[in-house]
Amino acid sequence: MKVSAKTSRHVPRKQPVRDGARVELLPERELRKIIDTVLRLAKLLGVEETEVHVDEVADALTRFANNAIHQNVAEHGLTVSVRTVMEERTARATTNRIDEDSLRAAIESALSLAASQPKDPRLLPMAAKQSYRRVNRFIKQTAAVTPDARAQPVRRACDLAIKNGQVAAGIYSTGQSQTAVGNSRGLSAAYRETHAEFSITMQEKPAASWAKANSADVGNFSPPELAARASEKAHQAVEPRELSHGRYTVILEPAAVLDLVGFLFYDFSATAVQDKRSCLNDRMGKQLFGNNISIYDDAYHPLQLGAPFDGEGMPRQKVQLVDRGIPRSLVYSRSSAKIARKTPTGHGFMLPNEYGEAPMNLVFSGGDSTLEQMIASTDRGLLVTRLWYIREVDPYEKIMTGMTRDGLFLVEKGRVVSAVRNFRFNQSLLEMLSNVEMMGPPVRATGEEAFEMVVPAMKVRNFHFSEVTKF
Amino acid sequence: MWDLCTRSLDTARLRGASYADVRVMHQRQRDLTTKNGIVGSLTQCESIGLGIRVLAGGAWGFASTDRLTREGVERCAAQAVAIAKASASAKRNDVVMADEQVYIDSWQSPFRKDPFEIPLETQLTLLLAADAEMRRIKGVTLTETDMQFRKTDSWFASSIGSRIHQRKVTSGCGIVATSFKGEEIQKRSYPNSFGGQHALQGYELIESLDLVKHAAIIAEESVALHSAAQCPEKKGTLILGGSQLGLQIHESIGHPIELDRVLGEEANFAGTSFLTLDQVDRLKYASDIVNVVADARLEHGHGLGTFAYDDEGVPAQRTDIIQEGQFRGYLSNRETARLIGLDRSSGTMRTEGWNRLPIIRMTNVSLLPGNWDFDDLIESTDDAILMETNRSWSIDDRRYQFQFSTEIGWEIKGGKKVRMLKNPSYSGITTEFWNSCDAICNAEYWTLWGTPNCGKGQPMQTMGTGHGASPSRFQNIHIGAAFAEQLSDK
Repeated sequence: MKVSAKTSRHVPRKQPVRDGARVELLPERELRKIIDTVLRLAKLLGVEETEVHVDEVADALTRFANNAIHQNVAEHGLTVSVRTVMEERTARATTNRIDEDSLRAAIESALSLAASQPKDPRLLPMAAKQSYRRVNRFIKQTAAVTPDARAQPVRRACDLAIKNGQVAAGIYSTGQSQTAVGNSRGLSAAYRETHAEFSITMQEKPAASWAKANSADVGNFSPPELAARASEKAHQAVEPRELSHGRYTVILEPAAVLDLVGFLFYDFSATAVQDKRSCLNDRMGKQLFGNNISIYDDAYHPLQLGAPFDGEGMPRQKVQLVDRGIPRSLVYSRSSAKIARKTPTGHGFMLPNEYGEAPMNLVFSGGDSTLEQMIASTDRGLLVTRLWYIREVDPYEKIMTGMTRDGLFLVEKGRVVSAVRNFRFNQSLLEMLSNVEMMGPPVRATGEEAFEMVVPAMKVRNFHFSEVTKF
Repeated sequence: MWDLCTRSLDTARLRGASYADVRVMHQRQRDLTTKNGIVGSLTQCESIGLGIRVLAGGAWGFASTDRLTREGVERCAAQAVAIAKASASAKRNDVVMADEQVYIDSWQSPFRKDPFEIPLETQLTLLLAADAEMRRIKGVTLTETDMQFRKTDSWFASSIGSRIHQRKVTSGCGIVATSFKGEEIQKRSYPNSFGGQHALQGYELIESLDLVKHAAIIAEESVALHSAAQCPEKKGTLILGGSQLGLQIHESIGHPIELDRVLGEEANFAGTSFLTLDQVDRLKYASDIVNVVADARLEHGHGLGTFAYDDEGVPAQRTDIIQEGQFRGYLSNRETARLIGLDRSSGTMRTEGWNRLPIIRMTNVSLLPGNWDFDDLIESTDDAILMETNRSWSIDDRRYQFQFSTEIGWEIKGGKKVRMLKNPSYSGITTEFWNSCDAICNAEYWTLWGTPNCGKGQPMQTMGTGHGASPSRFQNIHIGAAFAEQLSDK
């Protein structure tokens, strides 16, 4: 498609406000105008049903390494995604041009894609108008952060590293995004949020350690505290001992728990079970984990982020996935709910897709033990800061492999006694969640392998490390 | 587009930038999937925007926008300069880059059949036919197919005067049969797992792969795996199929040679590298028969890492990485080349799109063919396990210790493939592994595999890379560790 700005009618909208290096999102009404324009154009083209997503993002990220900022970026973009339905056929086209010609071309593109496929008698009509619970996850203070305001704590962290004879690397990012959904059956939903993240690796050769936090509110974490924690642990991590591989009691910090259990939750998709690619096949309602494990999906939890509706605009429901070790419920899109004769739970992805749905706002019930209590109660075990490069080895037993990283410590007789060389693990998640001895209170954790969740630190017996690396 | 480029470069210079480069990119993508005989996703995306990178006060800033108006690009350039000035407040040294010449050029990747001009019905009919072939096999519980096409135009301009337009067309496809039975899920993919084969080619790639012919074969194998013997745990001889070896190259050679990792710039996320600067020309990376190059030139093949210029305006090059087993060089950009005293960048700066900063990425990092005929290699092997098609991959953050598992294995005894093995895996230390290589198949068995999903950088960028490989043999490898403990418990 050729883009011709000169001949196109533009959807009336305001320009984004930029104050120096800061960008403000468009008002919600401007997004709704784009949706209305697409719905009007689609109606003129005789489209039976039309769904429109408008997404806008304005993110910035300051990246540092070797005690200096080396990359510093900002992006601003808006996309319009159109799904059409004609004669039991559907397809989607997405563009980031919002003049009328481009929007019309996107509609025509979706129609053309859809027309080429066989009819799908199972295709559902689009969702009707819904009502939504309000969530407030847009914090002005976060949206207002400038590059200079990000540079300042980064500079302090680098100064701390230099003072301690260490090397700092990490990111400080802030941003805002919004999404609006509408369809030709009257559904209309909108959501905006801010997000902020600070992550730091402190290296004291040859060791390293790491700390990271993430929130809608930039005031909810302290970069200097995170830098100090990573610096202290990096110093403790020097001169690691090499231990034999084998089974150990482990104390997993929340980020390590998150990155492991994050691989379990696509199995709670009803579509995955219907496709027989879930580890929950033939296991629903059976005791699969220890009876101290209860897990919810709850988009409204105060520590969660994300829209209160799914890719079809259905309101998200709170779902108890696991009750005292027994998987009780799956999550359902409209389509998988129809097949299973259940109610949709508001976890569907944008259509068309082959994956169906997944829980995205996980909350573990956790316990009340502190990390210090877990260490004090351990005769011999390993304290794990973080895990890395986790991949699924076996999809039904949920055997995961991966490495420890950035701070592995030996605990003996209730005390951390030394650093340990990093291990590779091959561990079944089903077994691991049956072997949890103690848990901390759930916190909003952030890692690198899974999306953010509200999870506790865990003390787990018989965790299987299969090989050791060279550092 | 050149007007937008010029305007943003002018604005950056007026605001105080000492250097700037800008990319306007127009990206089109089509994705088709089927599942169990029904169309899964059918989507087309189009995105156009501009990203500008500037040096001001001796430090970098980058900003991007999809507002391609005079006002929009001027604001974006001004924002990039403001960001660079903030970077300068936490710098240690001024950025200096290796010299590069000025290029005015236009290039288009060669293809015979534009995939966006092939009727969708044709593409879907092929996928549905392959899907139907797989579903014909009793015991198959899930069938999936996919095709993906991309067409990218980029207009690169820099303040030193370069103006480069490139158009790249890539295609890819794959099919997967899954079988759930008892307490096992087994899967087979063709021509590769995780999306199939991808290349800098048109629809002719899809036609060359003959999906329908291979559909029944992989479907039967996915069912047969349930009754296959478990891969044992032992130290022994390993033969890797080409696609699995391609991923082994990616993880244990491609990533550790990225100079930004070596210099600590990725320490917080992707990690660092065991290939410290003192290792060049000293480290015996591999056995004498191993030769590895990073080659972005079309002469090397139609790979996902093939182009005419990188996203920093440096021409595509071939760089020796491992020569007769000896470690020779890194992947660099203009800044890191200068930092380690090289005259010139090796031309590996690549960006996912207009809204991402170019970073050092693999191009086509390939193991050059050896001398062996595949049948001779099998016949000359007394006791080994042949592993094909990746199932999982993992390596530590300095790229020493790795573990891979594959979809299928074959026991080799007395020079013959004697039986199928399920759940095969192997693990090791990078340099020990490559030094144990004692046979590499010849050019007849060499394929330039495409890895379309390499993630790196913050914010994360996904990039396509190429890896030429032919089946090869390795000695004294730890086989079967991934399942060893679980099996002994059962």
